Amino acid sequence: MSLAIALFLLVIATVVLHFVFAYYFDWWFTPLAADWGGIDLTVNITLWVTGFVFVAINAFMAYCVWRFRHKQGHKAVYEPENHRLEIGLSVFTAIGVVLMLAPGLFYWAAFVNVPEEARDYEVLAQQWQWQYRYPGADGVLGSADTALVSQSNPFGINPEDPNGQDDVVVNDPQMRLPVDQDAHFLFRSNDVLHNFTVPQFRVKMDLVPGLVSYMWFTPTEVGTYDVLCEELCGIGHFIMRGQVVVETEEDFNAWLDTQPTFAETQNMVAANPAAGQAQYAICATCHGQRGEGNLALNSPKISGQPAWYVERQLQYFRTGVRGGEGDVFGQQMAAMATTLTSDQAVRDMAAYIATFPDEPAERTVTGDIANGRDIYDRNCAACHLDDGSGTWYTDAPPLAGQSDWYMVTQLGNFRAGIRGMHPEDDYGEQMVYMATAMADEEEIRDVAAYINTLVSSSVALGE
Amino acid sequence: MAYVPLADQELELHHPHSWVTKYVWSQDHKVIAIQYGGTAIAVGLVALVLSLLMRMQLGFPETFDLIDPNSYYQSVTMHGMIMVIYLLTALFLGGFGNYLIPLMCGARDMVFPFMNMLSYWVYLVSVIILMASFFVGGGPTGAGWTLYPPQTSLAGTPGHDMGIVLMLISLAVFIVAFTMGGLNYVVTVLQYRCRGLTMMRLPLSIWGIFVATVLGLFAFPALLVAAIMMLFDTLLGTSFFMPAVIESGTALDYEGGSPILFQHLFWFFGHPEVYIVALPAFGLVSDVLSTHARKNIFGYRMMVWAIIVIGLLSFIVWAHHMYVSGMHPYFGFFFATTTLIIAVPTALKVYNWVLTLWEGDLRMNAPMYFAIGFIFTFIHGGLTGLFLGNVVIDLPLSDTYFVVAHFHMVMGVSPVLVLFAALYHWFPKMSGRMYHEGMAKLHFWCTFLGTYAIYLPMHYLGIHGVPRRYYALGTTEFMVPATQDANTAITIAALFVGASQLLFFINIFWSLRSGKKADPNPWGANTLEWQTPETPPIHGNWGDKLPTVYRWAYDYSVPGAHEDFIPQNTPESEEPTVDAEHFDPDHDTSKADL
Amino acid sequence: MKSLKHLADKPWERKGIIGGLRPEGAFDTAPAKVALGFFLIVATIIFSLFTISYFIRMELPDWRPLGEPGQLWLNTGLLALGSVVFQLARNKVGRGENRNVFALFLAGGLCTLAFIVGQIMVWSDLMAGGVYLAPNPAASFFYLLTGVHIAHLLGGLWVWSMTSIRLASGKEPKDVRLSIETCTLYWHFLLVVWLVLFAILSNT
Repeated sequence: MSLAIALFLLVIATVVLHFVFAYYFDWWFTPLAADWGGIDLTVNITLWVTGFVFVAINAFMAYCVWRFRHKQGHKAVYEPENHRLEIGLSVFTAIGVVLMLAPGLFYWAAFVNVPEEARDYEVLAQQWQWQYRYPGADGVLGSADTALVSQSNPFGINPEDPNGQDDVVVNDPQMRLPVDQDAHFLFRSNDVLHNFTVPQFRVKMDLVPGLVSYMWFTPTEVGTYDVLCEELCGIGHFIMRGQVVVETEEDFNAWLDTQPTFAETQNMVAANPAAGQAQYAICATCHGQRGEGNLALNSPKISGQPAWYVERQLQYFRTGVRGGEGDVFGQQMAAMATTLTSDQAVRDMAAYIATFPDEPAERTVTGDIANGRDIYDRNCAACHLDDGSGTWYTDAPPLAGQSDWYMVTQLGNFRAGIRGMHPEDDYGEQMVYMATAMADEEEIRDVAAYINTLVSSSVALGE
Repeated sequence: MAYVPLADQELELHHPHSWVTKYVWSQDHKVIAIQYGGTAIAVGLVALVLSLLMRMQLGFPETFDLIDPNSYYQSVTMHGMIMVIYLLTALFLGGFGNYLIPLMCGARDMVFPFMNMLSYWVYLVSVIILMASFFVGGGPTGAGWTLYPPQTSLAGTPGHDMGIVLMLISLAVFIVAFTMGGLNYVVTVLQYRCRGLTMMRLPLSIWGIFVATVLGLFAFPALLVAAIMMLFDTLLGTSFFMPAVIESGTALDYEGGSPILFQHLFWFFGHPEVYIVALPAFGLVSDVLSTHARKNIFGYRMMVWAIIVIGLLSFIVWAHHMYVSGMHPYFGFFFATTTLIIAVPTALKVYNWVLTLWEGDLRMNAPMYFAIGFIFTFIHGGLTGLFLGNVVIDLPLSDTYFVVAHFHMVMGVSPVLVLFAALYHWFPKMSGRMYHEGMAKLHFWCTFLGTYAIYLPMHYLGIHGVPRRYYALGTTEFMVPATQDANTAITIAALFVGASQLLFFINIFWSLRSGKKADPNPWGANTLEWQTPETPPIHGNWGDKLPTVYRWAYDYSVPGAHEDFIPQNTPESEEPTVDAEHFDPDHDTSKADL
Repeated sequence: MKSLKHLADKPWERKGIIGGLRPEGAFDTAPAKVALGFFLIVATIIFSLFTISYFIRMELPDWRPLGEPGQLWLNTGLLALGSVVFQLARNKVGRGENRNVFALFLAGGLCTLAFIVGQIMVWSDLMAGGVYLAPNPAASFFYLLTGVHIAHLLGGLWVWSMTSIRLASGKEPKDVRLSIETCTLYWHFLLVVWLVLFAILSNT
């Protein structure tokens, strides 16, 4: 009896909760931003068919449980089978299946066949970043190969291929698309499986190393959309984020024109350390003549940091991405960074700092090294490497030999959301979530203490 | 050669002489079944704890610092693998298969008792290897239970050195154990049935276990092949699955391998695996329903055919796990069609279970609660499968919480409800004592309602776009704020369900000592295991004489019979036969004649 | 397919004992042979999946065909000889003759051991010639497939050695007839598997 009532109530509750979840809490499809209404239609058809079956069978079962519960003197009916009924039910089920499958296959055919006029875009995934490539004026993407990937050619574009020279490369997690234009996405991966998902576009596809997969859609709404990775790709899977900005054709073209082509990135004028040196005097007052840092002035060691990292951080300070509210010392740095007036000046400065000899900073932090090692090996080493030497590939700076007190401060800032939560600090946001691997201040000190024991391989080799 | 009943041929029962040979190195299928069951449940508890750790992280992301991203992915992986293989497969086939096959077939033991014993011990070794990976440097693998290359052996994945190697070795050892056990089950069912027990007189439990075992024998090789090739890739540097990849900025020596090939092999095993778990559950639940409804299972033949057809179809649907994997998209048409066709025989089984209740005389004992609960959760989980199987709907929903909710309903909650139904149902036979009915029903309510509270909202989060396998959801523009509330509520429900499983263990351990002494046949069941001379059955099962079977397993409420059940070994002369296709005792026109 | 016909039975209609002492649908042979039959299907699936993987992997661009050493022909002869000798032993046992059965049975296993030694020699020759496991997928598959085949033979040799010990300790051949029969079938199977593998390996 109680079970019969419970089943009835559950059927009713499921239906009621469906509407509560979908319409009150809004746990339903995000508003569609691509021309894939057919997918939503198929979902709705399936929902109605299955919803009907769910209610019908369970209500019938609840009725049976109530109606035929054991009563004194009652006896069950003897009925081995009823073939006609079974056939009837099978036909009925088959009709339901056809009803759902037909639109499914119809729209799948639409998904599989890319319209001729669709424009090509390439998405390249690697642990744990998105990058994008646009065909240049020729409309053709140049050939590329993982074996050719290097810091200066992160896409592995074949330098011999004339088609690739005018390809526009966007080494940034954000891409842009013109609205109402068919977009044909070509996917590659440099390391493991990833999956490019924008919930509002409805479609997704894996990126597989060694082959090129694809999907297509037509963005229909101007706006900014989150890109999620939805194929487990290692420890940083959940922080692999990007954005697609859908904008008008004009805005899109204007933006595209400002992006460098592959040829331009390859032929960029080398940064000039000498020019950086001329500007460095003002930095030296806090960071020291050789970038050794100064605890008393809250200035971290900057020697040993690669040019790409220093350059990015200086840009962040200049543009207000770093040094915001709550970050007192960062605010000081932001003010100082404005003395660098051009992108070229920033590059020159970063190049000069990269010439400093990398002497490990003085150790000031103590902690439980064994615990620090455990946390570091499990969570940090995936990007910053086992020896703390960092790599451009994961956008992770070297940690070994860095001012330990500074790392403690920054990890605290990441945990508190003081650093990394600026919308444009894509890499900092990853640290916000990874920093939760350290439960508290004490564990942060443990990790810093462990990092103090590391010797970067580049130092060990005397590079 | 004069014919001896097959089950008595070459009867070399290895009779135990000491406690050790009786309970440790035992060749008695019933002891082996309990060893299998105990080990599977123990390792399943580890997986349960792992899932609760994950839920704590998801429900209260900044409050408790129980696990970091590294151990989160290790928990995801180990939870999945343990539950699917080391708990469900081992418990249904190694546990219930071992216990029920010889008893329900009227045999004294399995055909190869020694190999059967070996099967358990090899299984135990595989479990120990798997557990060992928690204690090696780097910990267990965190590659997800699907173990997709190339990430399994790259530095960005937890446990990429020793963890994955131990996992692959453990799987290979498990497959050896399963093959030894599986050959036993299949040959026992085919060759050691007692006199008169035709295949079509077998209880559906045996049909389910039999077909599932055949599926296992034919599907596990795919996993073995994949595991061997992946071991070569990981340890010896071959490139079967490994393409040219970059690890932490350094190009590795691999070249040209195909990650998708691994996925095909994995799912060629992985999809039948779903039915390796589901078919025994289908079978067991059919017998529990029929017995407690005092009514024959409705449409027995159709139920057998459905089991066989589902088993066959399960080998041609595997790529529906790979719609968005980057494989050739034209495969989508074929696999979506075959996948949705499976809905027809599966739906038929559901109809027939419900129709078994129709006009029955339902005894609402605890196993019946669990069995009916199973029908409900299975309908729910099966219907959401129609979303995911329909290729185009998989585009928005794959790799979201919808998938998580779907497979937990259909192959987590549903089989577990059957396991509990079966454990309570056969507990009196296994132990000779009754369980505590009230506690069992309380256990049912907590489990049934609690799991629904966990998984129902999860479907909606998935439709909303919440991705699976995320340590933290982070900030997105599209997720509504209530998403985190849902995760918190789900976690509370999960903790409740996890804790309420204590009721089961308390019940079992209490009943083993203090439960009421059980009748040999407390439910009035027809199948042979309830007709043994002793309860619990002793080694050899049947005393001097093997049973002879005169009828099918479902002669319940036969008109004119002395009682509302006729055991399979009751000669036809002792009970009436019915010609009627449909006999309703309440509108019996022929009563005067009887 | 009589057993398929039984699937249409309406079991509730027929009461009483059906079939003789042997249950309907059971195979008229020893359980060990039924088990072996199933195991051969399992092994067939294992080798088929390796072979399918081989063909799929072959289509990828980095495949470089391997020149197989001529010694494989000699090895093939040894394995075939083993199979023939096992068959002879089996025929004798089937006719109830005891003479030379042990010797033939022993010879069958020894041929197989020689085959395995030959295969290992092929491996070391290949390695001496610079064909290592890792760089070329064709070589990887060569080592893998031959290795898996040897692993299956070793499983058979375990049964063979057990049986030989029993024969050596004075058992009559008729006592181990089942083992001889199953070994023979298993060897034929592995010979066929090898011939197929050999054909594939040397033609691609």
